[in-house]
Parts: sequence; C-alpha cells; structure tokens
Amino acid sequence: MEPAVQVSELVKRYPGRPTNAVDGISFTVARGEVFGLLGPNGAGKTTTIGVLTTRVLPTSGTASVAGVDVAADPVTARSRLSVVPQRPNLDRALTARQNLVFHAAYHGIGRADRNRRADALLEQLGLADRGNDKVDNYSGGLAQRLLIARALMHAPQVIFLDEPSTGLDPQARLFVWDRVRELRDGGVTVVLTTHDMDEAAALTDRVGIVDHGRLLALDTPAALTRSLPGSATLDVDVEPAAGDTDDDVLTALSALPAAERVEPVADAGGLRARIYLSGDAAALVGPVADTLTARRARLSGVRIGEPSLEDVFLSLTGRELR
Amino acid sequence: MRSVADAATPTTPAAPDVGRAFRALLWRDVFVTGRELVPFLLQVVLQPVFLLFVFGKVLVELGFTTSEYSDVLLPGVIALAAFLTALQTTAFPLVIDFSFTKEIEDRLLAPLPTHLVAVEKIVFSLLRALIAAAAMFPISLWVLGSLPVTWSDVPVLLVFLVLGSLVGACVGMTIGTFVTPNRINVVFAVVLTPLLFTGSTQFPWQSLDSLRWFQVVCAVNPLTYVSEALRSEMAPGVPHLPMWVCALALLGFLAVFGAASLIGFRRRALD
Repeated sequence: MEPAVQVSELVKRYPGRPTNAVDGISFTVARGEVFGLLGPNGAGKTTTIGVLTTRVLPTSGTASVAGVDVAADPVTARSRLSVVPQRPNLDRALTARQNLVFHAAYHGIGRADRNRRADALLEQLGLADRGNDKVDNYSGGLAQRLLIARALMHAPQVIFLDEPSTGLDPQARLFVWDRVRELRDGGVTVVLTTHDMDEAAALTDRVGIVDHGRLLALDTPAALTRSLPGSATLDVDVEPAAGDTDDDVLTALSALPAAERVEPVADAGGLRARIYLSGDAAALVGPVADTLTARRARLSGVRIGEPSLEDVFLSLTGRELR
Repeated sequence: MRSVADAATPTTPAAPDVGRAFRALLWRDVFVTGRELVPFLLQVVLQPVFLLFVFGKVLVELGFTTSEYSDVLLPGVIALAAFLTALQTTAFPLVIDFSFTKEIEDRLLAPLPTHLVAVEKIVFSLLRALIAAAAMFPISLWVLGSLPVTWSDVPVLLVFLVLGSLVGACVGMTIGTFVTPNRINVVFAVVLTPLLFTGSTQFPWQSLDSLRWFQVVCAVNPLTYVSEALRSEMAPGVPHLPMWVCALALLGFLAVFGAASLIGFRRRALD
C-alpha cells in the first residue's frame, strides 16, 4: 500500500534568507500512523507542514499526500487532506455550525450530507449546544475542538495538526489527545508538530526530531530514548552487611556488565547508588539484587529513571528543547 | 461515546469538483452579505447620495449652478458608486484576512486552484458593485426628482458598469495584496481621495482642455472611462469621450490590474 505521506529531500528557502528553513528532510508516514515532528520553534516543522498542505511551495525535493504530489496537483491533494492550524482561523462571520457546513460545501459535499455530518461532529466534539454561537465567543479550547470538527467534515485521508495543544489548558489538551487517538483508531493518518516532548511521547507512533531544518532522528519514542547511551538510571538503596563498606558495594555494582557508571547519591540518608546504563533499566534490577544478596547486603529501595525525548534532543543538539 | 473517527472514515474520493467549490465560495460571501444588506447599502450608498444631494440639489437651489449640472453629475456618481464599492470590497477585507484573522485560509485549502479563489473575490465584488449602482437609480429619482434613463439604456449601462466594477475590484485586490497592513491606512487615504476627484465624476473630461495637466491626471484614472461611458449614454448632450475609447481603455486597465491582482493574491496565498 502506498504511504500516506512521502517527503523526499525537501528543501525550502524563503527569498532573502541566508539559510534554508527546511534543509533536505525525507520521511515516510504509513497509513493509519500518528507521526510527530518534534523540535523547537523555528526548526522548520510548520514550513514542512505548509508544503505538505499546499500552502508553501517547495524550493526543491518532492512531497506527496495520499498518493498525490502536492506541488504538481495541489487541488486533488487538498481534497484528501485537512489542516488544524496553529492559530484558530475560523470564519468569524459565521456560526460554529455554519463553519462546518460551509467547509463541507467547499469540498463538494451535498446539502443533506453536510448538515448531517455537521450535527454528528458537533455532538462528538461536545459542541452540540454551542453550534449556533458565533465563533467570536469561543474560548481557545472550544475553538480547537471546532477546528478539529471542521477538519473532519470532508473525511480526509490525512489530517495535519500544527501544535495541536499549544496554549490549551490541561483538560482541553487531554481532550485533544483523546480525539487524536480516536482518529488513529478510525484509520485516519495523523501528522502533528509539537515542541512538547510529553505530547510527542504520549501520542505518536513515530517521531522525527527536527532542528535547523534538518531531520536529526526518526523512530518510535521508545526506541529513541532507548538508543540514548547512558541516560537510563537505576537508583538502589542499600543497607550493607556488617563489615562491608559503601565503597566496596559500589565497586561490586560497577562490575555488573550492563552498568556503565555507578555513583553514590549524596543527599540520601543511607547508601543510595545510581547506576547509569544504556537500554532497559528494569532488566538490571535482578542482577543488582543478586549481587547485593551475595554480599549479604539488604536492598531497601529501587527507582527507575527513564530518559525522555528531552534528553534525546539534548544529546542530538547539545541544547535544551525549551 | 461514539468516536470522532466514525464520521471520518476515509472514502475513495472522486476528482474534486472545481466549479462546485467556486460556487460554494461565492455563496458564502453572498450569504454573509445578505444577512447585512442594510448596513451594506448604507456603507456604499451614503457617499454618492450626499454628493448628489449637495452638488445636484443644494447648489442648484442656492443658484450657484444650473439644473443641467445634474446631467453631468448623475452618471459620474453612479460610476463612482460601482467603482468604489468594487474596490473596497476586495481591498480592505483581503488585507485583514491575509494579515490578521487568516480567515481566508480555509477557503485557500478548498479543492480549487488558488487563482480561482481570487477570481471569486472579484466576481463577488462585481455583484456588490452592481447592487450599489442599481440602488443609485431610485435614490437619484428621489433626490433630483427625475431620472434621465430608459430601459433601452440598460444594456450599455450594464456593460460599462460591469467593466468598471471589474477594474475597480482588480485595483482593490492589487492594493490589498501588495500593500503591507501597517501602511494600508496611509495608502487608502493617498489613493482613495485622488481617485474620487480625478475620475471625471463631477465634470466632463473633454471640458478640461483648459486645464491640461489635470486632464492628463484624470486620463490615468480608470473611473474616468466609466463616468464618460455612462455620460455618453445618459446625457449625450454633454461633451463625452466616444464609447469605444472608454471600452478599450477599461479593457486595458482590466488586463493590467487583473494580472497584477492575481500575482499579488498568489504571493499572499502561497509562501
């Protein structure tokens, strides 16, 4: 089956700018996947989405959505994709329901069908009693819901969400996340951008890390964090046997094959050893317990520290994400 | 709870129907204006009505000018109403749409070529301009007490009102897409007032022989040719340019500003 989105060596340089906003990005999104582009503001995420949604003309490279080359045939591409923009761009001359109905009309959906779909989507997004309100009166969270409803009116194959939860309160943010998961369950391909690592980790099947217009890494969030050397940690609280010293315990733990480095944690009451490792920290719990039992030391506490996408970004770019 | 995805089950779409999308865009604009018909009419008709009243009625009553002057004025004022309405319909909303509200984005993502979104705006401006011009006829009958028009004049008037409105809409779109939003107020002040007074609406262009430099200035204002064409139909006794000259000039302006407006629109619509 052809991919939902295919981007190949995409370059965008705005006139008069010294550098490329998008600098040779390639990726493929499978049908039904939730794909994320993670990076700081100005990394080139929105420009990439702009090209894919036919609003930005690429300088070079190709991009296709639902099997349609977006530069060669933008009209057909527009019929198969939809966009939830970063900033609400609702039609303020219209009511919420009219926003949906007119959107469907632009996409050639018949009158009876568009009215039915508008009512169904208002209901599903919890806007049924606000359908006849002017969108001027909508809060950020309500506007975002309406934008999602609008994007679904013409049954797109691929939906693009640009920073879907920026500026939303936590409750509205979770609401949006749930809707994104439902979309995936319904077989719609979702491409989203975010500068929020939690959002990327929580929502996406695969995530591409973007900085300065380049794609630095691309994998599942779990694989990206697992691949990070020495960033997983295992903290163990130990009561050494009588006659054993803290230093000897630490040395013994350092001898474990998976441990890359072991340090005592200074602010703990007793002896707390922090073991740095690559890969799955939980798998080390057994060997650690064995080592301690062999020394007749007692293991009184274990805490696993998982690396985050933030750490991945830091290791790729040397900078914090935010 | 039902899932949002139920309503979004992907179907195999047919090729998009561009004509249908175009009609839907036009219907949206007509729908929005239709709800505000009275404010719309007040907005477009007040200025010409006062022009007509002060110059065609008050000055005549006070004896500063003769009643023949209204023959000169009326065609010019109708031309002005159409031309300015068309110009303002494309210029101001586009500046706001593109720079601030971004409301037009949903229509730019409709399945039709970007230039047709611009053409739709021009067609819509034409409709508004024709309504504004049509409203002037009963008003002038009421203000001046007479209306020197018969049904046989309608085809020619319509042709030139359509041509003039299209040029006005294209001039408006050119301004609206090339001028940056922070300068739009200045540009409007600098462009609108001269347009108003150099469009031969208040005087026959040919009578400007004694004021040659002003005649030249008026000749580059497209509104001049709309005024002159209407005058030649409604007041043949007043000196006027031949109709074919007006038609040719308006077609020329339409080509230039039509191209400029489509280029400007594309520049703003696509990065």
